Amino acid sequence: MNRILGRRAILNFIYLMSPPLLDVEGGGRGNAPLMSSSASGDCISQSGSGLKECNFLGLSDCSSVDSSAVSNVCGENKNNLNFKATELRLGLPGSRSPERDSDFSLLSSGKLDEKQLFPLLPSKDGICSLMQKSIVSGNKRGFSDTMDGFSEIKSSVFTEGKWMFNANGSDSGTPQSVVEAKLAGNAGINVILTNNSSGAQPSMKKEVPTRAPKEGQNKMNGSNNNSSAPAAKAQVVGWPPIRSFRKNTLATTSKNNEEVDGKPGPGALFIKVSMDGAPYLRKVDLRMYSTYQELSSALEKMFMCFTIRKCGSQETPDREMLGENKFKDLLHGSDYVLTFEDKDGDWMLVGDVPWGMFIESCKRLKIMKGSDAIGLAPRTMEKSKNQN
Amino acid sequence: MAQSFPEDVLEHVFSFLNHDRDRNAVSLVCKSWYDIERLSRRRIFIGNCYAVSPEIVIRRFPDVRAVELKGKPHFADFNLVPEGWGGYVYPWVVSMAGAYPWLEEIKLKRMVVTDENLELISKSFKNFTVLVLLSCEGFTTDGLAYIAANCRNLRELDLGESEVEDLSGHWLSHFPDNCTSLVSLNISCLGSEVSFSALERLVARCPNLKTLRLNRAVPLEKLPNLLCRAPQLVELGTGAYSAEIQSDIFSNLSEAFLGCKQLKGLSGFWDVVPAYLPAMYSVCSQITSLNLSYATAQNPDLVQFVSQCGNLQRLWVLDYIEDVGLEALAAACKDLQELRVFPSDPYDAEGNVTLTEQGLVAVSEGCPKLQSVLYFCRQMSNAALVAIARNRPNMIRFRLCIIEPRAPDYLTLEPLDAGFGAIVENCKELLRLSMSGLLTDRVFEYIGTHAKKLEMLSIAFAGDSDLGLHHVLSGCESLRKLEIRDCPFGDKALLANATKLETMRSLWMSSCSVSFGACKLLGQKMPRLNVEVINERGPPDSGPEDCPVEKLYVYRTIAGPRVDMPGFVWTMDERVSSRFSRATEGHGD
Repeated sequence: MNRILGRRAILNFIYLMSPPLLDVEGGGRGNAPLMSSSASGDCISQSGSGLKECNFLGLSDCSSVDSSAVSNVCGENKNNLNFKATELRLGLPGSRSPERDSDFSLLSSGKLDEKQLFPLLPSKDGICSLMQKSIVSGNKRGFSDTMDGFSEIKSSVFTEGKWMFNANGSDSGTPQSVVEAKLAGNAGINVILTNNSSGAQPSMKKEVPTRAPKEGQNKMNGSNNNSSAPAAKAQVVGWPPIRSFRKNTLATTSKNNEEVDGKPGPGALFIKVSMDGAPYLRKVDLRMYSTYQELSSALEKMFMCFTIRKCGSQETPDREMLGENKFKDLLHGSDYVLTFEDKDGDWMLVGDVPWGMFIESCKRLKIMKGSDAIGLAPRTMEKSKNQN
Repeated sequence: MAQSFPEDVLEHVFSFLNHDRDRNAVSLVCKSWYDIERLSRRRIFIGNCYAVSPEIVIRRFPDVRAVELKGKPHFADFNLVPEGWGGYVYPWVVSMAGAYPWLEEIKLKRMVVTDENLELISKSFKNFTVLVLLSCEGFTTDGLAYIAANCRNLRELDLGESEVEDLSGHWLSHFPDNCTSLVSLNISCLGSEVSFSALERLVARCPNLKTLRLNRAVPLEKLPNLLCRAPQLVELGTGAYSAEIQSDIFSNLSEAFLGCKQLKGLSGFWDVVPAYLPAMYSVCSQITSLNLSYATAQNPDLVQFVSQCGNLQRLWVLDYIEDVGLEALAAACKDLQELRVFPSDPYDAEGNVTLTEQGLVAVSEGCPKLQSVLYFCRQMSNAALVAIARNRPNMIRFRLCIIEPRAPDYLTLEPLDAGFGAIVENCKELLRLSMSGLLTDRVFEYIGTHAKKLEMLSIAFAGDSDLGLHHVLSGCESLRKLEIRDCPFGDKALLANATKLETMRSLWMSSCSVSFGACKLLGQKMPRLNVEVINERGPPDSGPEDCPVEKLYVYRTIAGPRVDMPGFVWTMDERVSSRFSRATEGHGD
């Protein structure tokens, strides 16, 4: 099954490609530019002069063992030295696209040969169609939907980004099945992509649309109500790229300025979470969650790896799942409790006060051993009694 | 020939060389120049604290007076680097405490500093004068008390936007009464109130104080007290710029500002009450640097104020300025070099301000010296980017953040490839670029072709395939830092350009498609790179080899793999790779 990619294949690959693109010199170069400016200037238009032999790593030794290691590693299509092969073809497994030999230049060609391969595809300006569909129809897609759509698209439509499905999240239909078929065929990168873009960040909420339909909607300013939507939009970690200092300042500023309807303001609320026995802290943005349950699940995921190491059996193949269950037991059982430090510096059990009040007063979180937290319970009752 | 020049003559000549690059070049000429240079180098800059070890540095440069270190990757600013990743200054401080007793300056960025480190600094260096902590963390106000108390000749204390655990404001009172040396004090990141009288006395007894950045807790009514005692100030960061509307507060403030004839820079302005902005009118025409990025004032107050500052060179502002404000800026501030527009409500997809691409186009048209831009907006078009590129071929830093990921040209619905392509094609001196919006591999081809001076590139939610990454790595000759998130870049481009990575400071890739196997291979093949895999959800070998890693950080180093990694970071090198392959083969370990 695994084809060892020999030297001949490498050479074939080199001849097929416009060389300046691969003009990777072996060895370290210090400060010298990778390519002379003339070479790079020509990199698009040229095809086939001054071939330079090098292997895929750009190292001087060009052993087939290396190449095979890579091809094994990538775990997918075996002619992975061939950049054409990086453009994962559309189509169901078993179908083969015609060889596209010369043109590596994205600029010149807008046409793709794959078009005929995939009759379901509407047009070459694929990405535009998607946006067009969503915008023109007046139904703005949720950010997370868009993300999912794109990730699915990308996973199957590597080539030059022009292709895509009419993949609305809602109509699953054929595009979806094609994606799945593709996934079945190539276990590697496609799966990775789909999972990655849409699911990689544990703190990103997938289900909630960012933009509600315009009809019958007053302008949504900032956050929606607490119960159905998270406090902010489906937030991707670290996006938009704004520093914590600014985010936290924004949050406090708006809280001072507009105290309306108890709506949580914009901005993030990063607080530190520590766990007894865990070697390092985490930070969570409380505005990502709207219920204690959500926070608890997120924390479980975050600290799961610590409990695996603590009690983890390495032999079980499902050890991750085992770990997860065990953690849940740990958290919900008697072993660990979630506590927080409030503005007065007191440590309290999490869960006694309404969520809104909690995020206003929580300064930091701690996952304590149940035995350590026993003393907290009565005080918490007292304190909330006093507050009420 | 080198022998005919006495060493001290050479040393004297070298003393005119201050830039690292010049000194590095000189040290390559011959062995004796190398030696003379290294013995006379007084300032060192280390862009990645893990690229070299303290021992190596000290061995080469035995008499250093100023050290600048950077720790975590840039994306740590956006919470993409998990807590505990690293960047500890501890080993550096400990080594330098022994080796550089005459050390005067320490500047750190994105590093972890503890109170113990601060105590050690304050006690180890008799001539310590400058401490700058930008975006650092790990210390409390207790640590600051050591610095205040023990550094007799402290000139500069700048806490940047560090995350300081604020136990109390009492630390400021630890400055001894005979401390008169302060030139620059920036405490704007601190939350708690410092003793105002202590602050007042400190300001009063430091005649050379040029920069004073207060924290939010310093009330506006008290600002005149400080300004009167420091009329020589050049840079002022106010505290909260709000008070009840009272005429005496206003008049005191105006009078105080009137006395500040040297004032050139203003910042702060938390909780701004617009009615008090005119109190600064007397200094507006002197102001060259204005940071209103925490000021929630809106138009017309905002634009009215900014328009008064005809000599403005740098403006940081919230998007409340809107297009109309930027148009006024373009008309009034012909010396503008740097513009940063931050979002007032970054998590609202709609936005409630009218800030569009038009504002940026207007400024690019009206301000001939504009060379540095950071712009957050909600819509962009290729036409606008092309216009900006044509207007401003002198652009050096261009960072555009369209809030919605993968947003296309809102007019044509096409990708923004052509727009950014125009930027790199026209702006031949471009050093730094951050892109957003809908982008295909095509834009990377443009970048690889044209962005020859580009040193730093930030990419998010862009590209279609490895080809994109390959264009960048193979085309951008001057590239030093590349940071990528959520792009479909995988193994091929990375491995094909492995040697390029040795010419760069670092590469960051998160939520991409780089497989664990490729990381292992890269680490094996490139011993002068540290290939660090960050996987918070578990060891990278718990899945198949082609499973992608969560985050990848690759940097060149002569110090070998680091020894302070937390459990969720693995360095890919010979030993580790083989350990991993054993583990996956059986269920060993």
